[in-house]
Amino acid sequence: MTSATIAAHGTTHGDHEHHEEHHDQFGTVQLGFWIYLMSDCVLFSGLFATYAVMSTAFAGGPTPHTIFELPYVAVETALLLFSSLTYGFAMMGAHKGNKGAVLGWLLITALFGLGFIGMEVNEFTKLIAEGAGPDRSGWLSSFFALVGTHGLHVTSGLVWMTVMMVQVARRGLTDTNIRRLTCLSLFWHFLDVVWIGVFSFVYLMGVSA
Amino acid sequence: MSAPHSHGSHSHDEHGGMGSYAIGFVLAVILTVVPFAAVMKGLVSGGQAVALIMGTAVVQILVHLRFFLHIDGKTDRWTLQALVFTLFVLGIVLGGSLWVMYNMNHNMMPMMMPIDG
Repeated sequence: MTSATIAAHGTTHGDHEHHEEHHDQFGTVQLGFWIYLMSDCVLFSGLFATYAVMSTAFAGGPTPHTIFELPYVAVETALLLFSSLTYGFAMMGAHKGNKGAVLGWLLITALFGLGFIGMEVNEFTKLIAEGAGPDRSGWLSSFFALVGTHGLHVTSGLVWMTVMMVQVARRGLTDTNIRRLTCLSLFWHFLDVVWIGVFSFVYLMGVSA
Repeated sequence: MSAPHSHGSHSHDEHGGMGSYAIGFVLAVILTVVPFAAVMKGLVSGGQAVALIMGTAVVQILVHLRFFLHIDGKTDRWTLQALVFTLFVLGIVLGGSLWVMYNMNHNMMPMMMPIDG
């Protein structure tokens, strides 16, 4: 081999390696975030298990039949489901390099999320005013812990989404921002998956039992 | 070389297109509306209700994983392994808690009664 060939080979190899490294880093960050989500899943499983164990500990107080309003929960569910779809549109915009679309869809997603949180806060306030607060019975304690933890997650997601809107508006769709948007996408869709468990196990099972 | 690569392969292979989200959304809506409608109209009760609600919930979770989180056969092996391991832990936590607490209530009730009453 002449030194020129080696140099040429070296350059190509270096290029390739650089690309691989970049891709790997993206994959590693996503995998790391996924493992965080899985640990979050275990946290929720503890809350679900507590709720299941406490599901008949009414202490002579309110029961799911008396305090749950399914049409209200259906609207909350719809808001979260729409927000999952609109976040998907934001990601499609991001991969097309369309900054305006990303900002627009993120804003719509955040508004759906805000609507969901607003409804949840309203539900909690009403329950507490009716004397069905977390201190009323074991069942209500576990209900507020489970649904409240999910609500806190959605709120954190909204804060993150606001930060991302500022980041994208200021710096555009850089690789770093796309990586962050992808992690937030996993987080947001994951919260919708947890909500499936909540509306099925807590609300629907509670009312149908 | 780099421009078409970063556009084409990413949006198709890893993140799904419009079609993926549309299919996922339609399935999710159906799987949400069915149990809500059945419970709200009082069409199901008891064991049937549990089976319908839990059945549609499990299928909807799979739909979300597949079409929104893009977990499929082509996904990175470690992502899938982490998911499977988590499901294993969930089974132990949920199943174990219910089993243990059911047995505890079952065995403790007769003795607790006089103290309560």
